[in-house]
Amino acid sequence: MTFDLIAQVELRDRSGAGCVAENGFCPDWIADNYERYIDPFFEHVLLTVVPVGIGFAIAFTLALMAHRRQWLVGPITGVTGALYTIPSVAFFFLLQPLTGLGNTTAIVALTCYTLLIIFRNVITGLRSVPADAKDAARGMGLTDNQMLWRVELPLAVPELLAGLRIATTTTVGLAALAFLAGAGGLGAELDRLPSFKSNVVVAGGLSVLLAAILDLMILTVQRLVTPWQRASA
Amino acid sequence: MTENSSAAPTDGKGDRQAATLEFREATKRYDGQSEPAVDELSLEVPAGEICVLVGPSGCGKTTAMRLVNRMIDLTSGDILLDGRSVTERKPAELRREIGYAIQQIGLFPHLTIADNIATVPRLLGWDKQRISVRIDELLELVSLEPSETRDRYPGQLSGGQRQRVGVARALAVDPPLMLMDEPFGAIDPINRERLQNEFLRLQHDIRKTIVFVTHDIDEAIKMGDRIAILQKGGKLAQFATPAELLMYPNSKFVEDFVGADRALKRLALQRVRDIDLWKAATVRVGEPAAEARAKIADSDLPMALLVDDGGRPLGWLSDRALGGERVERQIRSPAEPAVELDDILRDALADLLTSETRYGPVVDGRGRVAGVLSLEVIGGFLHEAPVEARSGVELVEES
Ligand SMILES: Nc1ncnc2c1ncn2[C@@H]1O[C@H](COP(=O)(O)OP(=O)(O)OP(=O)(O)O)[C@@H](O)[C@H]1O
Ligand SMILES: [Mg+2]
Repeated sequence: MTFDLIAQVELRDRSGAGCVAENGFCPDWIADNYERYIDPFFEHVLLTVVPVGIGFAIAFTLALMAHRRQWLVGPITGVTGALYTIPSVAFFFLLQPLTGLGNTTAIVALTCYTLLIIFRNVITGLRSVPADAKDAARGMGLTDNQMLWRVELPLAVPELLAGLRIATTTTVGLAALAFLAGAGGLGAELDRLPSFKSNVVVAGGLSVLLAAILDLMILTVQRLVTPWQRASA
Repeated sequence: MTENSSAAPTDGKGDRQAATLEFREATKRYDGQSEPAVDELSLEVPAGEICVLVGPSGCGKTTAMRLVNRMIDLTSGDILLDGRSVTERKPAELRREIGYAIQQIGLFPHLTIADNIATVPRLLGWDKQRISVRIDELLELVSLEPSETRDRYPGQLSGGQRQRVGVARALAVDPPLMLMDEPFGAIDPINRERLQNEFLRLQHDIRKTIVFVTHDIDEAIKMGDRIAILQKGGKLAQFATPAELLMYPNSKFVEDFVGADRALKRLALQRVRDIDLWKAATVRVGEPAAEARAKIADSDLPMALLVDDGGRPLGWLSDRALGGERVERQIRSPAEPAVELDDILRDALADLLTSETRYGPVVDGRGRVAGVLSLEVIGGFLHEAPVEARSGVELVEES
């Protein structure tokens, strides 16, 4: 096993051979090999952003439906909760007859995992809107739709974006398993040299970095769209 | 949030007419409750008047008020706004014509004060310029500095300031009717009193028809042109002007509700000019003493008030001042307290009591003596009513 690894590594790398042979953390090797991570990194971005985007669209729609018909909250939470508990390997396997191997399978599964979190947070956000603001809105003659878009949703934004952040971070992690469905991403790169420390550190580190960047981006958006929260604090 | 509708607002630029409001056997029974929350309520509110709904907690005041703008739908009976049944109207449209202010205020925390106030004008499609002008106008109306307040968020204002914004927002499109549910309920007594006074001054100018809900009888007496006292089960116990209510409570319930000090409360409703004052003998220095004595004999007091050339009181004349041929400048005691015709009777009584005197000169707007107010005069006023308080504190039991 170790022999295999070194043979593989040495094919592409000569400079830090000593370090590589000892399976240490090798900056030289990383400097020489960073290019191999570029494509997987962007694949990983895709495997995160696309499922979160689609998941948001679905969960948001479901939440708006359930907001008007509260009895739907239970069933929807049940179904999305069940989806959330399916182990990803099993999920990929179950999807294979339908979507084959590749990105589609991974994206479908990852999308399903985001639904519960986003749905629940949108519902919580809508429920947290102060009753007095809603009463005043109705009393001033806002229709149900105007109330939803002008009062309830804006006030649900912090909770909604908090859900999006959790969903995004979770998806970055889960996307590392997408290679099992035949998709790329940093997980596939990790899997190519799973016991070579430098590779694990770089592939893993990039995934953490990606999660942090996306999280920061959503946080920035939240700050921009909720100026009242800072003003009142 | 911004709508650029070109539709001309239906209401004119000038002041809108206040609406008349009529409850006709309005009844509300909530689902699953045997007793109605509002029971065959009938009353008429003339245009431009404040009608206060008052009563103990749970008596149906809020329910009755919310029937008007259809936040709650009638079980039976009807409510007419300017002669037209509210049940014929689309709720959202109806509500845009009716100002709505509640105790919890319900400002939108995510919108600036300006945007909060602009809510209904935008729903009605006013243009930006008109909305902007109106916001400043309203903020000034409720004593807030527009430039400081416009762009702040509700979370950055004090409770009293928020309450003012709530009133401004309710007034935004100059609605012919306002519904106010304990609008000053959540504010400390000092600020509440200020807001009440400000609001009465405001109402003096805008002359809206207002339904004002409170559980505080003192607030009701102060704010109301008419008061509807409700009792448990949403039954109207009495509908009358504050003075009538205090003079002629029609039941033990109303009597108890207005309180044992209702005689004193009546004093708060009257001004000094409203009652018959004692006639004062006013004399000037240098006047023939005989003439002065004749004036005293003709007055309600055994002494004269020395006045200057403008008729302004200088002090009570000493007996020795009449000893000679002409009135001399000899003062026995100062002309205090100075009561004005426009003073509230209760305040005037308080002035007399603080000055430890039984009477004091009353002056008109220009400072000229108009008469004398005495404890006896006030006592007489309190005794005019058939059911009366001897001391102004103890109630004489009815029959
Ligand atoms: N949505 C509702 N469903 C059922 N019963 C209600 C509802 N709202 C109010 N009630 C009942 O109707 C009665 C009148 O309530 P309402 O809120 O009108 O009283 P109120 O006079 O405004 O009281 P308060 O001074 O406490 O505000 C109460 O007994 C209350 O419990
Ligand atoms: Mg109430």
